[in-house]
Formats: sequence, structure tokens, C-alpha cells
Amino acid sequence: MNSRRAGAEAVAEKGWLAAHRWLLARRFCQLAILALFLLGPLAGIWIVKGNLAYSLTLDTLPLTDPYVLLQSLLAGHRPERLGLIGAAIVLIFYLLVGGRVYCSWVCPLNAVTDLAGWLRDRLGIRGSAHVARSTRYWILAMTLLLAALSGSIAWELVNPVSMLQRGLIFGLGAAWMLALAVFVFDLFVMSRGWCGHLCPVGAFYSLPGKWSPLRVTAAKRAACNDCMDCFEVCPEPQVIRPALKGAGKGIGPVILAANCTNCGRCIDVCSKDVFAFGLRFNNHPDDGVQPAAPSPTAAP
Amino acid sequence: MSKASEQPRQRTASASGSASARSPARRQFVFDSARLLCGVGILGLGLAGYQRNALARPPLAIRPPGAGAEEDFLGACIRCGMCVRDCPYHILQLARPESPVASGTPHFTARSGPCEMCEDIPCVKACPTGALDHSLTDINQSRMGLAILSDQETCLNFLGLRCDVCYRVCPVIDKAITLELRPNTRTGRHTMFIPTVHSEHCTGCGKCENACVTEEASIKVLPAPLVRGSLGEHYRLGWEEKKKAGGHSLVEERGIVDLPDRMPEGMKLEGHFDPGSERLPPGIPGSGDAQVVPSLPPGLGGAAPTGGGGATTAVRGAGAKSLPLEAGR
Repeated sequence: MNSRRAGAEAVAEKGWLAAHRWLLARRFCQLAILALFLLGPLAGIWIVKGNLAYSLTLDTLPLTDPYVLLQSLLAGHRPERLGLIGAAIVLIFYLLVGGRVYCSWVCPLNAVTDLAGWLRDRLGIRGSAHVARSTRYWILAMTLLLAALSGSIAWELVNPVSMLQRGLIFGLGAAWMLALAVFVFDLFVMSRGWCGHLCPVGAFYSLPGKWSPLRVTAAKRAACNDCMDCFEVCPEPQVIRPALKGAGKGIGPVILAANCTNCGRCIDVCSKDVFAFGLRFNNHPDDGVQPAAPSPTAAP
Repeated sequence: MSKASEQPRQRTASASGSASARSPARRQFVFDSARLLCGVGILGLGLAGYQRNALARPPLAIRPPGAGAEEDFLGACIRCGMCVRDCPYHILQLARPESPVASGTPHFTARSGPCEMCEDIPCVKACPTGALDHSLTDINQSRMGLAILSDQETCLNFLGLRCDVCYRVCPVIDKAITLELRPNTRTGRHTMFIPTVHSEHCTGCGKCENACVTEEASIKVLPAPLVRGSLGEHYRLGWEEKKKAGGHSLVEERGIVDLPDRMPEGMKLEGHFDPGSERLPPGIPGSGDAQVVPSLPPGLGGAAPTGGGGATTAVRGAGAKSLPLEAGR
């Protein structure tokens, strides 16, 4: 067990609420989306119909999962107009806010893997099967190829992400077993295994995130005291280093890696308020080098 | 799957040939890549096998109207459940992971809740991908499955009763299901009203199966490919061909030789059509040659004119009553 828990300093300095601001916002967002979907079947209030694969909000706004639609296209099927419009809207949205915002703010499985990651930390489970983080892109390619070769959306037969969400809305069945399998896998077999290494859904959504303007930036990186809390809580810790430690190499403070999920956990746990949400364009290598540099995101 | 994994593997193989000797790091990279590709490849093969199995839909799971063949449907349906939501009768459900139906796809079970055949077909309209074909606008043209009277032994109408429930609930009554009259040979005086499904009109809505009064439904709706037979390309229906040829039989033109029919001795076959010739050949009943009544075709020992005439008179008496009736049908 860790004698010193990540974020303890931030809690002491900023208070518990401020040190969990984005985490709470994220959980609220995930639950709110689920609640909107459930309001129909449970209370008869039909604001949103469908599930994350495709939904119709207030009978007007179509939203389609572009990944599943792409598989359907590759399987040789042409979707209806609303389905295509919905996919375009979703793609544009994630292009703006960061592709893997889907993972940290929307995906229902995120709460499961976050819990596994937290528990792994609390129980002090060390050791993890080593698989490259790029594996997810190979799995993504495999699912797309399989759709094209088999003419069928094969990945949807086993996809735990859609199964859990669909299960929660349309009747769970054995979907909880898949979620449990992912939980146990992340807890005992591989640290951040599913979301960080294997999931092709996240891999797909990371692609539009390559160009998204909304990013986490280590704007006050000069204030960093190397406590390593951000690395410890981050589900994709490899994305932090270039931005946080790149000042000497002429690298700007903005986290540009597509696999940053914009979850904001690093912002929460940093007692020095190094991180903040910002735009990718404010990325001059000299930014945040001077400790005294005035910053628009400086907290009072 | 094999195509996918082969190509990158070749690339890594050529890379290792040039650089592996130089750099251990490079060799490690190649090794890791190969390991990764093999792992993902095996995963893909497993998934491909699973996908093949998923095509075998259980026969009692019927797809909503407008769904194509199962292979096409599984490539088109994104499992959003919009059809489930817009079905006013709540008969559709999405398959759960433990179900043998492909996970997340919509289906209904006719026995517990058949399709109510809405005229505006809301389930089809709700589908964002066209997995339920939007060109289907007349619900009577939908082909969800095909009804089959699967058990004559338990069907009440086959037992001589007037149940008729499947016939009466059929939304395409008198077309998809008709009642065909047949003499009840058990009682000898009644008629049986046999429910008969006509595949060119049956929508597969499942109302007949749902309404069937027997403990286990005697009429069932199954996916059409399980029910439908196929005559075969080479079959020609004589009467259809004759119609096409302007009432002219193709058989006559070829002058096909008619083999003698084997009949009880002395039998006359009224209304017997002999396509081979206008006049019946000698030795065949009805040819006018009363003395020659063969019990076997000539050449097989039955042609002897003076032979068995007397010995078979008893048989003749018994058969003469029923057989002309048969021939008249």
C-alpha cells in the first residue's frame, strides 16, 4: 500500500471538493447521459431514444456512433440519411472537444475501469502484463477488416462498451459479466488494461482527437514540484511527460497526444495548479517557463 | 483475417533482415510487433469463428419487418434499439449477451407476441441504417418469416374439428392461409377444413402461431429459408409451358411413346389421357379390343390373349367401383 496517496497534497491545499472537481463533473456527466437514456423506459419521458450506437434526442437531433457506422459501411451496407448526419455531428463534436472525451465523459465502462484502477492502487497491486499501448490500434484495424471480410459487424458481438450501455438501458442480461471481466482484468492482470491498451472504441475516438483544439495544458509547468501525482492518476500517463517536462527541449506546455482523454484528473490532483484546460494554439515553448509569468488560468 | 496479418508480417520480416544484426533494440521492436500481430490475429480468428456461429439464428427468433437475409442484417444493424422503442405493441426486444441471437439485435417471438402489422410500420421508419428496409411501405409485402402447419397430428382442423383460429386471425386471410376442403375418411360423411399456408402471401407476422389453441402451437412461423423448398431450375410445369406455347403441348410434338398403364384386368380407364396417340394401341384397355386384356405389358409374359381372363374376374369386380373415381380427380 502507498503510504502517501496521490492527490493528498491537493486535498490538503485546495480542499476535497476542489481536488475532485473534474472527477465529480465527469461522473455527473456519465450518470446524466445514462439517466437521459433511462428516463424514457423508466419514467416514460422520452427526451432521448436509443443508445450510444444511435440516438434521437427530442425527436430531432440524431447522434450516431461513427465507429459502428464505419463497420457497417465496410460490411457493405449504406445507412439512411439520419444515420449519416448523426455520425457527422458526433465526429465534429469530438473533433472540437477531444476524441477521447467519449471515453472519460460518456462511456459507461469508464467508471468500471476507473474503479479497478483506484482499487489496484489502494490494494497496492504491483506487476502487470505488458502489452504495447498501440495494441488497441491493431485491434481497431482487425475489427474493421473483419467487418469488411465477413460482411457483418463482428465486433458488436463481443464489444463490452456497447453491451454494458445497451444492457443498462434495454435490459442487462449477462452484460454485467462482461463488465466484471473487464474490471477483474484491469485489477489483477493489466494496469489500465482495457481502456489504455486494448479497447478499439477508444482507439477509434482518439483519431479525431488528433486535431481537437480543447486540450489540457501544463500552463504553469514551472511550478511543478515533481510530486508525480499527475502521472499516478492519469489513465494515459505517457501523454503528460512531453508537455510537462519539455520546456528544455522546446516543446510547448499543451498536451497534444490524441490519447489524452481530457478527464481533468491531473488538474484535480495537482496541488500547484500546474494544469488547466486550454486551447492547443497557446502552445509556445516558452509558455510556463517563467515561474512568475502571469497566467489567465491562475486561481485566486 | 489471414490477409491482414500476412502483409505487415512480411514487412517486419524484411526489416529484420537488414537491421536486426545491427541493433538489439530494433530486433526487440520486430519481435514485439510480431508478437502483437500474432495475438491480434488469433483474436481476430476467434471473433471470425464466433461471427460465423452468430449467423445461425434460433428459428423462433423472428426479425422485424423489412429485415433482409441474416448475413445482410448483421452487417447493417447497429443495435441501437430504435425499432424496439417505436414498436407500439412492445413486441421487439434486443438480444442480450447470453442469448443465442446475435447480441443486441432486435427480434420477436411469435408465440408470445406476434407482429401487429401496423400500416405505417413505425419500426422500419425508426431504423437509422436501413437494416430494416425503408422501401417497405406496405406491411403486407413484408416477409418476416413463413408460417408452416408443422404438426398435422395435433392441428384441430386436421382432427376434423372446426377450429379455424389461425385462418381467422391471419391479417392476409384467404390469401396467406386458406381452408382447403377434404373429405373426412374417418367419419365418411364430414369435410375437413385444412389450413393451408401460401408462401407468396404469408408475411410471417406470427399471428397464427400466437393464436393456435393447442398446447404447443401446431402452426409455427419460422425464418423463411428454413421452411421454403425449391423446385429446381430444370423443372418445367407442363401446364404452364402449354399455356406459354399457346395451348399447345410440348410433349405431343415430340411424339413421346406412352407406356401401357398397369391396371387390374379388364379395367376401363375413363377419361384417360394418352399423349402418345389419339388411338389407343391394341392390347390396352379401352382400345376396343375387348378380348385382349393383359395384366402385364406385352413382352413381359402378360400378353397371352387366352391366359388369365377367367382367373382375374373377381379382382375386376372389386376394383371397377373405386378406380374410375380416382381417375376422375
